[in-house]
Amino acid sequence: MSKIHLTINGLPVEADKGMTIVDAAKIVNITIPTLCHLNIHDIKMVNRTASCRVCLVEVKGRRNLAPACATEVVEGMEVRTDTLRAVKARRTMVELLLSDHPTDCLVCERNQNCQLQKIAAELGIRKIKYEGVRSNHTKDSTSDALYRNPDKCIKCRRCETMCNEVQTVGIYSAVQKGFETIVSPAFGLPMVDTQCVYCGQCTQVCPTAALTEVSHIAKVWEVLADEDLHVVVQTAPSIRVTLGEKYDMPPGEDVTGKMVAALRRLGFDKVFDTNFGADVTIVEEANEFIERLKNGGRMPILTSCCPSWVKFIEHQFPNLIDIPSSCKSPHMILGVLSKTYYAEKYNIDPKKIIMVSIMPCIAKKYEVTREELTNNGLRNVDHVITTRELIGMLSEAGIDFKNLPDEEFDNPLGISTGAADIFGTTGGVIEAALRTAYEWMTDRELENVDFHSVRGMDGLKEASVDINGMEVKIGVAHGLGNARELLKAIEKGQAHYHAIEIMACPGGCIDGGGQPYHMGDIELVKARAAGLYKIDKGKTLRKSHTNPDVIKLYKEYLGEIGGHRAHELLHTHFKVREKI
Amino acid sequence: MGSYRMDVLVCGGTGCQASNSIDVIETMSKEIKAAGLEKEINLVTTGCFGFCEQGPIVKIQPDNVFYVKVTPESAAVIVKEHFVKGRVVKELLYEEPKTRKKLEEQSDMPFYKKQERIALRNCGLIDPENINEYIAVDGYQALGKALSEMTPEQVIDEVKRSGLRGRGGGGFPTGTKWELTRMSKADRRFIICNADEGDPGAFMDRSILEGDPHSVLEAMAIAGYAIGADSGYIYIRAEYPLAINRLKIAVKQAYDMGLLGKNILGTDFSFDIHLKYGAGAFVCGEETALINSIEGGRGEPTVKPPFPAEVGLWKMPTNINNVETFANVCPILLRGADWFASIGTEKSKGTKVFALAGKVNNVGLVEVPMGTTLREIIFDLGGGIKNNRKFKAVQTGGPSGGCITEENLNIPIDYDSLTEIGSMMGSGGMIVMDEDDCMVNIAKFYLEFTVDEACGRCTACRVGNKRLHEILTKITEGKGTEEDLERLKDLSQIIKDSSLCGLGQTAPNPVLSTMKYFWHEYLAHVNDKYCPAGVCKALLKYHIIPEKCKGCTLCTKVCPKGIISGKLKEAHVINKEECIACGACEQVCKFGAITRM
Repeated sequence: MSKIHLTINGLPVEADKGMTIVDAAKIVNITIPTLCHLNIHDIKMVNRTASCRVCLVEVKGRRNLAPACATEVVEGMEVRTDTLRAVKARRTMVELLLSDHPTDCLVCERNQNCQLQKIAAELGIRKIKYEGVRSNHTKDSTSDALYRNPDKCIKCRRCETMCNEVQTVGIYSAVQKGFETIVSPAFGLPMVDTQCVYCGQCTQVCPTAALTEVSHIAKVWEVLADEDLHVVVQTAPSIRVTLGEKYDMPPGEDVTGKMVAALRRLGFDKVFDTNFGADVTIVEEANEFIERLKNGGRMPILTSCCPSWVKFIEHQFPNLIDIPSSCKSPHMILGVLSKTYYAEKYNIDPKKIIMVSIMPCIAKKYEVTREELTNNGLRNVDHVITTRELIGMLSEAGIDFKNLPDEEFDNPLGISTGAADIFGTTGGVIEAALRTAYEWMTDRELENVDFHSVRGMDGLKEASVDINGMEVKIGVAHGLGNARELLKAIEKGQAHYHAIEIMACPGGCIDGGGQPYHMGDIELVKARAAGLYKIDKGKTLRKSHTNPDVIKLYKEYLGEIGGHRAHELLHTHFKVREKI
Repeated sequence: MGSYRMDVLVCGGTGCQASNSIDVIETMSKEIKAAGLEKEINLVTTGCFGFCEQGPIVKIQPDNVFYVKVTPESAAVIVKEHFVKGRVVKELLYEEPKTRKKLEEQSDMPFYKKQERIALRNCGLIDPENINEYIAVDGYQALGKALSEMTPEQVIDEVKRSGLRGRGGGGFPTGTKWELTRMSKADRRFIICNADEGDPGAFMDRSILEGDPHSVLEAMAIAGYAIGADSGYIYIRAEYPLAINRLKIAVKQAYDMGLLGKNILGTDFSFDIHLKYGAGAFVCGEETALINSIEGGRGEPTVKPPFPAEVGLWKMPTNINNVETFANVCPILLRGADWFASIGTEKSKGTKVFALAGKVNNVGLVEVPMGTTLREIIFDLGGGIKNNRKFKAVQTGGPSGGCITEENLNIPIDYDSLTEIGSMMGSGGMIVMDEDDCMVNIAKFYLEFTVDEACGRCTACRVGNKRLHEILTKITEGKGTEEDLERLKDLSQIIKDSSLCGLGQTAPNPVLSTMKYFWHEYLAHVNDKYCPAGVCKALLKYHIIPEKCKGCTLCTKVCPKGIISGKLKEAHVINKEECIACGACEQVCKFGAITRM
């Protein structure tokens, strides 16, 4: 690659062609502040709006200041980041942003986690020189999952890029003009009336609290305090490798034992594992796959664990609505089992059981409100809180997480196989399904359970597996933009797969909308995935159908896999939704 | 224009239409028929003559008589007197205000004397809805010449040598722009005509499109040939219905005659033109915002580079020129680069169209050679200041420009001289202000416009200009401090430095230039809580001059607050504390005894 020579603050820099000033400055250990800029190469999320203007620098020969985040270096360029003119302009931009931003940092959702707050602190802003009117827009709390507060929006437009270009859901665009500009759904529609799938990726990239999850912490505290209730909790596969980040543990570190201990200390009566539900999902889904294959049913089968992805297909691909597996998602399965199997086994009134799910996901908050996901008049799951919300509860409760002893999940919904752990990352669900389907179809033991071709951050992945001489073709997509491409090809008859896994969030649940903010650091996300594969590798049981407690569940309670009772409790249906 | 005894050109531009020229045309047509003259008299609805102040305009050829302020009633008189009896209707001639002499011929009028019409050459001369009339005045000859006698490189070279610079405001050399677009490697290239004229008071582009749409179409095709584009877009604001209508007619006629579309004039060159309507957002005049808008996106600018010449419409190299720029192209090709370059100043060649508005006698459209002084434009062509008031300043460049005062009126205007004195050429809006205008208020007015029209993308403009406007409002309300003046200056400079696009970068110009030339007015507002021009209501107080007051009591009767006191036939007094400065007393006083202070 040809090199570009320039100077930054007088220091000679040799940079690659196509590099921005921001990146070139890093070579000589200069950090130029940025706010709207976000470049997550691996998932094709490039926000280059140059709208916040906090990265302005002087470039010799240029009339005005240059946005360092969007200005590529050229040969002989002379950049200065340290002149009074540049420093003053950058400072003023932050002051101007603050002049139209609520000053409720102390009670803000993103307090100590806000990139605007951070930059204001770093630049040492003590006074806002240009005070004036502040925006006062309608806040949108219409959905169960996503809260919009346009007053906190700094118009970085990252959410727009994420929603429109990466996820291709297309909810957000800037509307109105000038000072009145806000980023909003079309026609100012309330979120609940849009085709938003609540993937929450917008909350992951939002630098402030303009987009956050709807918090259910208060509800959880309330049920925990009610002695009449039997409050049980379950934890999604991915959160055991992300929770430790808050406590300065290395990214991807498995904190399952501490997590269980912490939840017990919060006062949950039982701590169950969503992984158990994942193993049940695989058993049901693999069975459904084999049935369809045998009976000439519609191919490919699509996984249906991800509620965002389910809502996406309901809005966007009505023609394909009958191809996802009818299996409920793992936490819903665990939810219904806790109110039936567990309740009966331990003689607890199911009406008194409250199931709380700790999820990496915002869409799960919406999923639990879907009318069809009830049994015996009871919701399968009552409340969902995100990893971030759990961290909030733990700190409120004063739990010293890092030094907790390791504890075990409760029976009978606590044991899981390695196949369930990898549900939290892209490719994991299909890999888990393959392990089981292979053994069932061939009646042979699968010796190498690792399917490497479906792992990793590529947006679209393919694999083909020889099962009984038949080439079973597998497709994997993560990120809804990639999913759309794959589905379009299927719709047009250009792609032929037997089974497909789709996860709405880039990277899968480890990068879910409810996970700790990664601030654009994709290496963190990769470390989380590696953590899950490490847990899987370390387990003796790595195939869902070998989970002894799952076997027991069918034997004692459900009967046949894919049988009548299993269908009644573990399966659901989908519906075509309006495209707005 | 055929075998008629007489051509009657009636202005059908938007300005004259607003003064009822459509009725004039109808009446005239009826009366001509009634007089049995329809075979002798050719009634033509033309584009704008420019002299909007005196509209509706009717011009008679070959007699060369120029009637002004024609009404439907007087139109009937023209038919009876002029057409039937051959007698000029003296009452309808333009009267030169100084000599009070009636002038028959257009070229004798001060308004037209110093004009040189290149871009406006056909406006007021031909029927814009008839392609044959355009062809009769050498229309489509330049295109023919380019296609048959010149290579694309030669066309570019000719335009480069002419020294033509972008008339939309930036003043970038047009030929160079064409060349850059041609040199960008791509499968396709596009031409865009920027007809998103949005400066308050500006109507140059509208008048060209209404009066001579083919001149733009022809030039776009030539540009297409030069840069290697097969299609072009005209981005025009939907608020220009007449221009849109005439463009539509012109495009259809050009297609019908094989002057647009496939294999133009039997050559290999094909060129299509599409119309795209803008919703009237000022910021869409910015090239990248305009491209976003054509593509169906939000009309907001993106970071440059890359420039549209490299990555433009649908990511292809795109050449964008403004309407007036295109209107200059055909004469350059027909008469040669040298001819064009002989007009104007060293660095700004040719002419420039200005929309003269504000407190000037002859409001209208003028086209003068570059290098004409502002004094000539305002006082000779413009006929001086209305109501004999004193000239105070002229704003050029619209909301992006600055004000120019008496001391700089003699500077020959071109792109560079205007920039030097803190203003800019802009697209050619020229608003004249007199002693009754408050310059702080003027700055506030322009800023209000840009704040309202900003796209809201970047912090500097979205929040910064809003804050500037707030500070100005505070000052005009008498609540400003000297510290505010400092903040105003500082922030203006930072916004210029920091905004993403031209709109934001130039928005503080009216503030900075009024501060530079009218600092004392700012100080008066801030320190003395006094508006010298008596415009800022919050700072207005009325006062009765005892020597002039006859004690007629009329003012006490109209004062809504009842705060004027005094006995009959004795001098009255206004309670200044309570006065709300409504001005009712001033309006009714017959003795001029009430003044603002």
